[in-house]
Formats: sequence, C-alpha cells, structure tokens
Amino acid sequence: MTKTKNIAATTKTIVKKHGGDKSALIAVLQDIQEAFNYLPKEALKVAAKSLGVSYSRVYEVATFYTAFSLKPRGEHIVKICMGTACHVRGAASIQDKMERTLCIKPGETTPDNKFSLETVNCVGACALGPVVVIDTEYHGQMTMNKVDKVIGKFKGEGAQS
Amino acid sequence: MKKITNATELRRIQDDLTKNFDPNQKMVTICAGTGCRGYGCIKVKDALEAEIAKQNLNVEVRATGCFGFCEKGPLVVVHPQKIFYQRVGEKDVADIVAKTVMQGEIIEKLLYRDPATGATVMQEEEVPFYKKQKRLVFGSNGIIDPTRIDSYLAIGGYSALAKALTEMNPESIINEIKKASLRGRGGGGFQAGTKWEGCRKAHGSPKYIIANGDEGDPGAYMDRSLMEGNPHSVVEGMIIGAYAIGASHGYIYVRNEYPLAVIHLTMAIESAREAGLLGKNILGSGFDFDISINKGGGAFVCGESSALFASIEGRAGEPRAKYVHAVEKGLWDKPTVLNNVETWANVPLIINKGADWYASIGTEKSKGTKIFSLVGKINNTGLVEVPMGMKLREIIYDIGGGIPNGRKFKAVQTGGPSGGCIPESLLDLPVDFDKLYEVGSMMGSGGMIVMDDRSCMVDVAKYFLAFLQEESCGKCVPCREGVRRMREILEDICAGKGSEGDIELLEKIATGVADGSLCALGGSAPNPVLSTLRYFRDEYDAHIKEHRCPAGVCKALITYSIDPEKCTGCTLCSKVCPVQAISGEKKKTHAIDNDKCTRCGACFEGCKFDAINVK
Repeated sequence: MTKTKNIAATTKTIVKKHGGDKSALIAVLQDIQEAFNYLPKEALKVAAKSLGVSYSRVYEVATFYTAFSLKPRGEHIVKICMGTACHVRGAASIQDKMERTLCIKPGETTPDNKFSLETVNCVGACALGPVVVIDTEYHGQMTMNKVDKVIGKFKGEGAQS
Repeated sequence: MKKITNATELRRIQDDLTKNFDPNQKMVTICAGTGCRGYGCIKVKDALEAEIAKQNLNVEVRATGCFGFCEKGPLVVVHPQKIFYQRVGEKDVADIVAKTVMQGEIIEKLLYRDPATGATVMQEEEVPFYKKQKRLVFGSNGIIDPTRIDSYLAIGGYSALAKALTEMNPESIINEIKKASLRGRGGGGFQAGTKWEGCRKAHGSPKYIIANGDEGDPGAYMDRSLMEGNPHSVVEGMIIGAYAIGASHGYIYVRNEYPLAVIHLTMAIESAREAGLLGKNILGSGFDFDISINKGGGAFVCGESSALFASIEGRAGEPRAKYVHAVEKGLWDKPTVLNNVETWANVPLIINKGADWYASIGTEKSKGTKIFSLVGKINNTGLVEVPMGMKLREIIYDIGGGIPNGRKFKAVQTGGPSGGCIPESLLDLPVDFDKLYEVGSMMGSGGMIVMDDRSCMVDVAKYFLAFLQEESCGKCVPCREGVRRMREILEDICAGKGSEGDIELLEKIATGVADGSLCALGGSAPNPVLSTLRYFRDEYDAHIKEHRCPAGVCKALITYSIDPEKCTGCTLCSKVCPVQAISGEKKKTHAIDNDKCTRCGACFEGCKFDAINVK
C-alpha cells in the first residue's frame, strides 16, 4: 500500500472507532498523532471529510492545541518541563544546555531525525525538578552537566556537543 | 465483578471483603505515583515480586497511588507492622524480603531520619512530614490498589453512593453539600452546593456534569495523584452529584500530560460499569448515569469552564462571554455542573460522615481540608493535605522541613499563574480561600511553590507572563496584546534595559488587562506582576536603577567570579565551561574571562567547593 493510501485507511479506521461524530475531532487527531507521530496533511483532509467538518476547522483545532504537531517529529521526543517548580530550580539553564547539545531549538528536530525538542508547561513530577522527559522516561534532578550523558545514552555514539 | 443490583448486596460485598481481610496479613505496598516512577519504583516493584516468588512466599506486592512524600521516593511500606522505608532501590529488595517481610526485622538505613533530631522513624504517620497533615481525601491513596474496584470497596468505597440513592433524595443531598459549605477546589472557590442547586432548577435536558482534571497550573499535581491513586473516589463523587442534579451523562476532562491518570480512570469506569455502579438502573434505584473520558490537547486555557466545554465539543478551546451561567447553558448549551477533581473526591466524605462533621474542619468560610503541592526550594517536596486555616509557616517549616542548603526563604507562590507571591512577613497567614485573596494571591488549585533568596522576583513575574502569553487563546485584545506588552517590559527590565516609568506603565496596563479581558485567564494575568510589585518593589528598583539582580538570576545583570580562597584548582569549572572562558593551572586558582563568559552557570553548578560567586 502506498504511504498516502495507508494514511487514509488508518485515519478512516480511527474515525470509525470514535463513532464518526464531529465532537470526537480532538480524540481522532490524538489517535492520528499516536499512529504517525505527527499529523500528516493527508490525514487531516480525510478526517475532515469523514467527520463532516470543514478542513479549516480541523486545521484550527490542530494548530490551537500544543500537543499536536504538523511536522514529522524525531525518533525520540525530548520534553523539558518548564513548570514553576522546575523554573525556580533552573529549568532555563537546562533548556540552554539542551539546545546547545542537540543544536536545535524547541519545536525543531535534529537533521538525523533522531530527536525533537519540546518544552512543556508542567509534567507534574515536581519532586524530580528540574525534569526532562525523553519519550516516556523521566530524568529527574537534571543538571547542565548531566545533559550530555542522558542524551548520549539515546544516541549510542555520544552527544554532539 | 458480578453486577451489584441493590444497596444491601453492596453492603454484603463490602462486609465480605472486610471480613476476609486479615489485619495480620503480610503485604508490601509500594508508591507508584509519577514521582516514584521517576525514581524507578517499577523496577523495585518487579524485583520485590521476583524475590517473593523466589522465596515461595504468599505475600502481595501492591502498587498504590502517590503516598505524597515524593522527596524521599521510592517509598515502600511493609505490613502489618507498617514499617516505612524510603529511597528504596533494587539492591535493597533481597534484604527487605529476607529481613523485614520474613523476620519482621527492621533495616535501619532505609528508615526516615529526622534531620532535626537525627532519630530514625519507623512508621509513616510518625514522620514529621505526615504528622501535622489531615489526610481525609488523600489518605487512602497509599492503601488501595487503584486498578481494582474491590480494593476501593474494601475500605467502604461506594457506601456514600448507596446512602445517597437509598436514604437521601436529590434535594437533601444538595442541602448536605450546601451545609458542609464545600467550595470548589479548582481555583474559584465557588460554593458547590449552590452550583448544583442552580443546575437542578435549570430548565433543559439532558444535564451534564464534568470533572475538571485539566490541572494546568504549573507546579501543581494533586489532581493527577487523585486520579491516578484513587480514581473511584472521583467517580463516586460524580455519580452522587449527577443524581442530585439529575444529570444523565458525565465527562472527566484529563490533561494530555497525564497518561497514567487516563489509564486508571478508564479502568475505574469500566469496572464500576461492570459492577452496576454506572450505567442503567444504578443499584436498583432507577437512576441511569454514565461517564466518558476526554483527553485535553495541552492548552492551559481549557481549565476555564467555557473553553473546556468547547474542547469537549471538539472545537478550539476559546472561552466565551458568560452572560448566561454554565448551570443554565454549559456543555452543548445544556445545564452543566463543572467541578474540579478534588471537589468531587470530597463529596463521598461529606455524604458518609455528614455536613456537620465536615463543617467542623477548617475556618469560618473555608471548610474541610485542601491538598497542596509543596514544591520548589523546599526540603520535603510532596503533596500535603491540611485543614483549611493552617498557617503558611507550619506548612513550609513543620511539614515541608524548611529551605534546603541553609538558604533564606523569600516567597511562596500560590494560585498558579493567576496567583501571587507571598513574602516572609505574611508567613503566619492562615491559609484559606479568602485570606489568600486578601493578600493579593489566591488558592488556585493548590500549587505552593517556595522560593529562596536565589529566586529573582522580577524573573518569576516574567516567567508567568511568558507562560500566560503563550497560553492566551488570542480571542480578546486586552489579554492578547496587554500580556505581551507587559512581558516585553519585564524582559527589558531583566535585560538591564528598564527605564524610569516602567513600573507605572506596568501598573497601568495591568488595570486594562484585568478589566478588559473576557475570561479569568486574562482577568487574573496581571496578578503575578502586581503581587511581586506589592511586596518586592525594591527588586524591581535594583534592576531598573542600579542594573543589578540581587538574586543573581538575570543573565545580563550578573557576573561570575572565582573566590581565590576557596578555589582548589581542580579544573572542573574550566572543563564544563562551554565557551572556554575559564583558565588556570592545575592546583592553582582559576579565573573567569568576563568578556567570553555567557553566564550559563555551568561552572557555578559544577563547582564542588562553592568557589564560584555570582553578583
């Protein structure tokens, strides 16, 4: 099956799973993102048609909520918690260091497609602050000096700092 | 579980579960809240199970919700003696099983040590962190298995629902909630009973109820721990509320960042449905009600009621003007009651123990307890549940254990981005809805972020405004533009480009934003600025007039230097410096080239001899 056909078929299955009602738009987009790691344009078009809502409305919702990404994301998602507890414990320095280590800014993906960097408002693990969540793994009590080590573990060949 | 068809049958099942429970039964509970998971508690749990199987023991290992004392995780309690172990690692497991589980012997090094006296403490409730708490809502978290309904039934779960359906009618339930004076735990502090009554009386059907689990305030995670650790208490509260209001369907709106809460709530709803506690003809009363879960999309504004409705309806979460209240026209323009997760979890307590009992706890106008997430620069980070009216000082020093590394307390921030910073002079303030409001802050959902003398209050104000600007939905101009301009002024001040008149301009814009915004996000957006100006104006002045950041935070206004007295020449600082700004020979005092230094702070963080000064 071609990539486009695959996206269309998967999207239709997701819409069906949610009963095809337009109120399920957000849940549908969440599942699409889970399936493809981002929201492919093709999927948004199919979702709009199957749910009976305009494409612009789907686009509005997809761009309103920060959890959605219209661009493909890297193999590993690095989330830096920017909650208040993490902020007062130095999250901004961790972000600076992470940007230097990965050579990307939040919202960007490394050219090798290995990492995407994101900032999140609060992951609710304040005792661990400052926290960095990589995929589903929590890395607590982060320091600038620990950043290279943590990223290196995912890179295998060490960080490109 | 088999379907329970009436209240008598429910009582019999609860009795059987309690009767079969042997208080001398050996069991190991392990906290599996998010904090402890971050510390690796799942590996400890797996190791415990493997070791117990290896020793051929009949001992349950129960992963529970959050115990609250996140600072010391992973936490393990060995029953029946209730021996409380902290900072447990995989390497400790063999010892715990061989010594404590099998022999009842205590492992001294895993016990909590009171830093004040140096004495070890054996049981959880003796730990100073827990001693002053009153854990009515949160207490069961450490006992029950959140993935099993029988675990909740065994502690009397759903008996409030049975009582409500068999011994009470909707009016008497509403009266009980009103008499208990239960106020919304999500921030507004509105009387829940009044809201329920308004919705019951409203015309229109169907009616809806919603649990707001979109815990957006950064630094607050009590709702998360309730949804993860005791999901049935929220579900039970909602069913009682739905019966009182006459609602046929409910929604739990959960934050996107809380995947475990979604899993546990889904399990709770499915098992309650299977047991006949949700669905058609609940407990034979003729009352039908069901609940579904909606996951948020990562938008802070969706904690606001009308934005939350829009999000459930599948639209962008933009608030709307509330000329008509939600109890009249809420979700799908139908009468709706929206309460916070913690508010719902309080409902079964009130129904079980009565409004008089509930109203005997707390202050004149704020009843019951409140769960706070005590975080930031504090020794005992964690979730604490205290009666309303406890002094800030008691929470921060007696429960929280004070400020780490002997530093000085500066402020405590409550109420999330809409709240404010409270200074040391107000530490004896009794914490309740109204007192916090009087000093320019608010209860919010219960975040309590402690700051020390290394926290810059201008930077904190800038942080919150940056947060709010990002999260403003952009619908109305005062919020969209006003918050942005305030942020820019604060950025200038932090960058040393502040000028005379900036403070007055901030105050002027603040009034406009507060008065002109459509929803509470904009209405309260100036609070972080106004409260820091009220109590920490000298810090603003230092930034603007003296180009100095007294806390040593704002990069443009600080310099790092090396204390020759303390520097041992270990070379660590020069190794961690990303721009090679530090030079010096081994075992000789090092020096920082300020022209090259980017103020990243890596040397400050790395130095083991406290030899880096920041001014």
